[in-house]
Amino acid sequence: MPKVTFIEHNGTAHTVEAANGESLMRAAVDNNVPGIDGDCGGECACATCHVYVEADWWEKVGGRTETEETMLSFAAATKDNSRLCCQIMMSDALDGIVVHTPDGQH
Amino acid sequence: MTSVVVVGAGHAAIQLAASLRQGRFDGPITLIADEAGLPYQRPPLSKAFLAGHMDEPALALRPANFYAAQNVTVVENDPASAIDRAGHAVVTASGARIGYGHLVLATGAANRALPVPGADLPGVVGLRSLAEARGMKAILGDLKRVVVIGAGFIGLEFAAVAAERGIAVTLIEAAPRPLMRGVSAVMSDYLAAAHRGWGTRLLTGTGVSAIIGTTRAEGVELSTGEIVPADLVLVAIGVVPNTGLAAAAGLEVGNGIVVDSLLATADPAISAMGDCAAFPMEGQGRIRLESVQNASDQARCLADRLLGKPAAYAKLPWFWSDQGALKLQIAGLSGGHDRTILRGDPASGAFSVFCYQGERLLAVESLNRAPDHMAARRFLAGAAAVTPEQAADPMFDLRTAN
Ligand SMILES: Cc1cc2nc3c(=O)[nH]c(=O)nc-3n(C[C@H](O)[C@H](O)[C@H](O)COP(=O)(O)OP(=O)(O)OC[C@H]3O[C@@H](n4cnc5c(N)ncnc54)[C@H](O)[C@@H]3O)c2cc1C
Repeated sequence: MPKVTFIEHNGTAHTVEAANGESLMRAAVDNNVPGIDGDCGGECACATCHVYVEADWWEKVGGRTETEETMLSFAAATKDNSRLCCQIMMSDALDGIVVHTPDGQH
Repeated sequence: MTSVVVVGAGHAAIQLAASLRQGRFDGPITLIADEAGLPYQRPPLSKAFLAGHMDEPALALRPANFYAAQNVTVVENDPASAIDRAGHAVVTASGARIGYGHLVLATGAANRALPVPGADLPGVVGLRSLAEARGMKAILGDLKRVVVIGAGFIGLEFAAVAAERGIAVTLIEAAPRPLMRGVSAVMSDYLAAAHRGWGTRLLTGTGVSAIIGTTRAEGVELSTGEIVPADLVLVAIGVVPNTGLAAAAGLEVGNGIVVDSLLATADPAISAMGDCAAFPMEGQGRIRLESVQNASDQARCLADRLLGKPAAYAKLPWFWSDQGALKLQIAGLSGGHDRTILRGDPASGAFSVFCYQGERLLAVESLNRAPDHMAARRFLAGAAAVTPEQAADPMFDLRTAN
């Protein structure tokens, strides 16, 4: 299975597997990765799965969806490489992707 | 603290276990469940699951391997029957004795029973557990006429799914309008009109005097004397918190298990959280909330205390409900508002209602307007402020409020 690495604000890295087609949010929650809440269950309605995508992967993850864009504009500490990871679906092309979690989701 | 035992394995319990492990708690964690199978999410039961857009495996709060990986024990299908406070142990129905360092009551709530003759007939059902939802889903295709008693969130969500399936729905509400205590009159009226538009016969200000039928429910007799025929009757008149276990153990209960702002009961070794807990909230007195947000945030708050970082619980309440294509999101508690400001045009199918008490914003109800909801959560959490004039101005960008 493809792997994704989440790096916490404090530097701790968590590498977990995610099935193709599964969102990175789901993979984080299922594996109890700290720093990703996913309170709305993947509906792109809460902005509690905010991550920063590492530069090498930014092109590969594709663009933000329109709803995601709006939701992110209300999230705290957004940057140019911010995404809501419930909207990033795992694929072989993303095997090895690295994302960072913000200081807090609320 | 040596070990944590949780009674209940719902939204709050699973979040507590997850947060304790994230916080490096390495003692035993045991969740005592009264159901068999993987702990599951309830919101989809009256929405995507019933409508057939989500299957059963997707309902699981966490996958099966989570429990082994995180070293969390779930005692399935063996309800807690007593608490031995002096001995720091829970006794289960099967007679097992499970010792605790700290005990957390996360027992949720149960469907309120309808106090009329015939309410115990087969064909009169509730919608709270997976078993009930499964049963409902299995027969949905055969139903021609249903009566839903209670126009609360669950009654409305079910009515929307049933109407979409072409079932003739009669929705009976004792109060003058749906969601009387939950939402503003503007939102309530909009939802009432939407349901009527989907073909549902909504009767407000109407009581139920009996369920008619000999071997199973065949109809509902209204306070007006009318008998509405039904293949199935859904009773959705609210819930009562599961406080029996706590009360029998001598803990204080009222409308819920009484806890302080740290979610602690009077017994320092016992806490309560989620749907079953009555907790103090600034400006509200002692309240009890039924929402995923409340269950999850209280679990995180309690986990922090058990990890040695106590803080009073003070999270902003928020809630959502999907009815057909309508996505309602509510931030804050609207009780006591004296005026409402409309943002957006209800006729467009996307608008928000800002509920104010004087100049103070109490709550925002957004329909198909998630960005307003996100902004509202910032305002209500005190991160920014919006005046009634700004809220009403469609040209005002909520993101620029400060
Ligand atoms: C159909 C439906 C739709 C909903 N939709 C929404 C929604 O859209 N948005 C939203 O925010 N909220 C929604 N809710 C509410 C939300 O699901 C609850 O607020 C949430 O589940 C509360 O979590 P909890 O852990 O406190 O209780 P629960 O998730 O109810 O879990 C408590 C568990 O404890 C068990 N239990 C009780 N007594 C014992 C005992 N003695 N021993 C062992 N186990 C015991 C119960 O059976 C239950 O399984 C909905 C609820 C239902 C039923």
